[in-house]
Amino acid sequence: MQITVSVNGESHVRDVEPRLLLTHFLRDELRLTGTHWGCDTSNCGACVVRLDGVPVKSCTVLAVMADGAEVTTVEGLAHGRTDADLDPVQEGFMVCHGLQCGFCTPGMMLTSRALLDRDPAPSAATIREAISGQICRCTGYENIVRSVQWAAAKEAATRDAADADTDSSEALA
Amino acid sequence: MTAIGEKGVQDPSVQIHAAEETPRGYGSMKRKEDARFVRGRGQYVDDVVLPGMLHGAVLRSPLAHARITSIDTSAAEAHPKVHAVITGATLEGLGLAWMPTLSQDTQAVLATDKVRFQGQEVAFVVADDRYAARDALALIDVEYEPLEPVIDAKRALEAGTPVIRTDKEGKTDNHIFDWESGDRSATDAVFAEAEAAEDQLVVVQDMIYPRVHPAPLETCGAIADMDPVTGKLTLWTTTQAPHAHRTLYALVAGLPEHKIRIISPDIGGGFGNKVGIYPGYVCAVVASIVTGVPVKWMEDRSENLMSTSFARDYHMRGEVAVTRDGRIRGVRVHVLADHGAFNATAQPTAFPAGFFGVFTGSYDLEAAHCAVTGVYTNKASGGVAYACSFRITEAVYLIERMVDVVAHDLGMDPAELRMRNLLRPEQFPYQSKTGWEYDSGDYPHTLQVALDKAGYQELRAEQADRRRRFADAQRSGAGPAGTAGEPVKLMGIGLSFFTEAVGAGPRRSMDILGLGMADGAELRVHPTGKAVLRVSCQSQGQGHETTFAQIVAQELGLSPDDIDVVHGDTDQTPFGLGTYGSRSTPVSGAATAMVARKVRERAKIVAAAMMEVSADDLEWDDGRWQVAGDPDASRSMADIAMAAHSNLELPEGVEGHLDATCVYNPPNLTYPCGAYICVVDVDPGTGAVDVRRFVAVDDCGMRINPMIVEGQVHGGLADGVGMALMQCIAFDLDGNCLGGSMMDYLLPTSLECPSWELGETVTPSPHHPIGAKGVGESATVGSPPAVVNAVIDALAPYDVRHADMPLTPAAVWCAAQGHPLRPDLGIT
Amino acid sequence: MQVPAQFEYHKATSVDDAIALLTRHGPESFVVAGGHSLLPMMKLRLAEPETLIDINGLDELATVTVESDHVRIGAMVRHSALLSSPVIAEHFPIFTDAERLIADPIVRNRGTIGGSLCQADPSEDLSAAFSAMRATAVIRGADGEREVPVREFHRGPYETAVAHEELLVAVRVPIRPASGSAYAKLERRAGDWAVASAGAMLRVDAGTVAEVGIGLSAVGAAHFVAPEAEEYLRGGPASDEAFVEAGRISAAHCSPSADQRGPVDYKRHLAGELTTRVLRRAARRSRGEEA
Repeated sequence: MQITVSVNGESHVRDVEPRLLLTHFLRDELRLTGTHWGCDTSNCGACVVRLDGVPVKSCTVLAVMADGAEVTTVEGLAHGRTDADLDPVQEGFMVCHGLQCGFCTPGMMLTSRALLDRDPAPSAATIREAISGQICRCTGYENIVRSVQWAAAKEAATRDAADADTDSSEALA
Repeated sequence: MTAIGEKGVQDPSVQIHAAEETPRGYGSMKRKEDARFVRGRGQYVDDVVLPGMLHGAVLRSPLAHARITSIDTSAAEAHPKVHAVITGATLEGLGLAWMPTLSQDTQAVLATDKVRFQGQEVAFVVADDRYAARDALALIDVEYEPLEPVIDAKRALEAGTPVIRTDKEGKTDNHIFDWESGDRSATDAVFAEAEAAEDQLVVVQDMIYPRVHPAPLETCGAIADMDPVTGKLTLWTTTQAPHAHRTLYALVAGLPEHKIRIISPDIGGGFGNKVGIYPGYVCAVVASIVTGVPVKWMEDRSENLMSTSFARDYHMRGEVAVTRDGRIRGVRVHVLADHGAFNATAQPTAFPAGFFGVFTGSYDLEAAHCAVTGVYTNKASGGVAYACSFRITEAVYLIERMVDVVAHDLGMDPAELRMRNLLRPEQFPYQSKTGWEYDSGDYPHTLQVALDKAGYQELRAEQADRRRRFADAQRSGAGPAGTAGEPVKLMGIGLSFFTEAVGAGPRRSMDILGLGMADGAELRVHPTGKAVLRVSCQSQGQGHETTFAQIVAQELGLSPDDIDVVHGDTDQTPFGLGTYGSRSTPVSGAATAMVARKVRERAKIVAAAMMEVSADDLEWDDGRWQVAGDPDASRSMADIAMAAHSNLELPEGVEGHLDATCVYNPPNLTYPCGAYICVVDVDPGTGAVDVRRFVAVDDCGMRINPMIVEGQVHGGLADGVGMALMQCIAFDLDGNCLGGSMMDYLLPTSLECPSWELGETVTPSPHHPIGAKGVGESATVGSPPAVVNAVIDALAPYDVRHADMPLTPAAVWCAAQGHPLRPDLGIT
Repeated sequence: MQVPAQFEYHKATSVDDAIALLTRHGPESFVVAGGHSLLPMMKLRLAEPETLIDINGLDELATVTVESDHVRIGAMVRHSALLSSPVIAEHFPIFTDAERLIADPIVRNRGTIGGSLCQADPSEDLSAAFSAMRATAVIRGADGEREVPVREFHRGPYETAVAHEELLVAVRVPIRPASGSAYAKLERRAGDWAVASAGAMLRVDAGTVAEVGIGLSAVGAAHFVAPEAEEYLRGGPASDEAFVEAGRISAAHCSPSADQRGPVDYKRHLAGELTTRVLRRAARRSRGEEA
């Protein structure tokens, strides 16, 4: 059946079998291979993407269920090609060694991004809870927690700087 | 109930963040590979799509032991999207139905006579897409005649037990090998004395290191692309050892080796799971030959857990002869090793029990002996996998658990007992009683650093207080759940002190199927002073592209940013045995340092020619060749590289260019060590274990990129928590695998792991070019006994002496009730 | 990766449309909500529906509303929404307790209340929690709505009172002033199914248990409840000794089976231990001593 799915802001129309999993739609149909899969039972979270903003396990969502929806994958996190265009979460994972083999990383970053969108200053416990449905076999999670904290701190600093700018321009006016 | 709370102590003394600036050599820096990974631009095998590619799927046996009476593939072949169905009979015609294993045994590629474990490969379907391939599996009709399975390893050698390997001529039992190490009579003499003497005793404990699986997040798979015109096979595959695989395919499939190219792209974790060659890979190769187009095969998770290399499955009896004041004199061990249906363990040829011989651990003994017997059972094959350093996990678990049992029986503090028996720094290099030469270490210091970091005495005081409150609650009759308030939890403190032996060879004594364990490196320095390093090892997340660039940078005075590391393509890299057994830095890292030094020496000659001085007058200073005593007369590596490619007249015998190659054959293993302390809280009402703190002090010699080293330790500690508390592949007596999905085979999440507290001591390896010892598997090896010792320590009020992993809530509760569970069999 | 067999797919536009689609496509048509129980079974090919009827678009079923003396929880309310609902936290902390422990946060973003109840897995948590609360299931068919007490909703493992041409649309939970509730689950690891779990609701009047509900999951308790323990407590003192005894009675009357989560004696012990713990906590909450 024909579906229209917006992925990372770009609309895609495809004719798919109803049984096609969203993971395979992204990977095989759109060739967005940053979304991985690691189990068949929705336990590992390597396939996490955002569906209308909400992190979901794309191996347990049919592509036809995403008809008309907005999907964000790891390929949609950065705004451009340079390091300066990276999302702070991506930067945090690099600076704090939040990844090793890189296989769980896209899902971890999307969940982290969604967490920071609703809680800009999460505690370590909140971060651990948020990523608890995703398995990482390499990092023992500690540096993932630190990566998210790093991103939160960077965004807080950016906000503070923006506020200061606003304050000073108001003072000038 | 999983408590969601702040666990552990975030340790400000530990530098986790990468440095802002790229260091010139060693030091924490951001990983070069991460730029692609954080953008989702890594390229794993399943990301590769080749033109015209078909997809394969494997039909597997539902039974553990059965004779195949017929296979009907006609309905599958009639499926409109199916191109081929391959069975054991097809392969028999090609002489490929069986393949050699890494332990000189044979393994069925597709079953011909009978199936020998649940999940064994029976047929291979090739179709247009992965969905159709899966659909067609259901159309294959296999008739089985069930046979009695052999599941309990302890009964595999009993008379009357069915023989699994009827394919082996004359085989009348399930015995694989007997192997021993150490001096049996000297050890028996020590034990006889200890049994007779009033002031000594012999402590005995049986324990199982159950079957676990490495379960990398990416499963195994391959894309075989046999070019029908050139006859060249390109195999994209999940392998930790691309060069060894190339040679093995040449041997297995009879293909000329120069017509085989193995490409191991980004690998989503290996941990030993991706060392062996699996039937699915071979089927993909055959399918590509048959169809003339590329064929992709990727396991699903159940296939990965049920059929590829498991680890451990050691049934051990440990005996320790000890004086009553805590002097350990001797250790004696008997092991029954369950190798599954085919002996496919990946280990050096002369070591059928891997490096289990280092079971004497970190202690100064008078005598030691072990005897290992390997048996076949109706389970998947493997045994050596999962960050085990060739069975040192089992060895360390055995000795560190035994030391705690001794402490229990003597009523001694386990830290004090260890301190009393650890090797002393002046004993290095130390010749162990089982023939290993430990290179360096200061064990008492490393242990003391860990004790101090943990606040050991304060922890023991807190524990004493907790035990008093628990006893009070018990006396008040409120039961373990306490009174109306929260239940009183029991606190446990567990230690382990491990010695690893990694970085195999030397190749005179260590080979895999005749391939000596050495590794090559090739370094090219381009005219502008940028360099490309090619290595034979294969990263699965260890960060080789960064670490090895840093080694070259340190040796040549370049920036790591200016050095590219190429690996994972046999047409592009020199031969070597690959990445497992923590051998990348000890072997390939050494090769890298040595090849860089060769380049540096060539550069010296060129620099001398450039400055028209004698090479003897030059000294290496901060990345430049400089005329001794004249800092103004010097040349950088970039200057020299350009000159080496220019029309500069070079001395006779110098060919020009700086490029060099090297093969590093390690003179000895390296011996990292570490002291680990785990603190747990156990809910006696439910058996639930909460890991509150974990202190890990590692000594891996020189640290090239401390951030990466700490990451390696973190991951291994999580593995240790997983194995100690939840990971296990058990079988019911019908041979059904009870850990065949991630719903049943539990891997630790962020909520079971505390915030790791790391420390370090540094005793460089004296025989390694840069003093590095390797660290990839240290924490996986060292941490399980620390966790188990902590849980057993917590259960002291119940006088528990031992309980087997995994210490699930049920296992803990049952141990406290005095009827411990057996982890390898289904719970009934 | 495992993949489902082929099926036909329809998106329901309303509850009536869903019922009409079920009627039209017959017994091999399945409703899919969050899909986190059904799709894995389809990938394993343990379930091979001919037709899937997707009710994810039915927003009218995705609300939590206070209706005088009860709260109506729509069948399409996602687990994450129940967990974060202030109404639920205020009136029924048992659900907040339970939702923290159901699957994992990502699965909870997708899985639904109705899907969990209708899957009727013997280890499912909400069945025990709703049973403890003595809630009522609202089921709609072509002829309109009918109500079934949750305690009569489950007919056995994976079987419910919902007929093929019907849809569970909501669950109604009575609001009981001065009551308390709590849920506890023992799992081998975060996100695992329960080894055992227990939920309790208590309304205490002048030190006497006026109303009580005890739900149990994963321990073979018929209809997910412990009626003998409830009977023992009702009208008696809300004392710690009584809660310990109620735990003992719960343990004695359930019938767990052994699996890799534990042997029978352990699970039986847990049923008792967790029953006692949730009764204590529900009592503290009824007294306002704990949130």
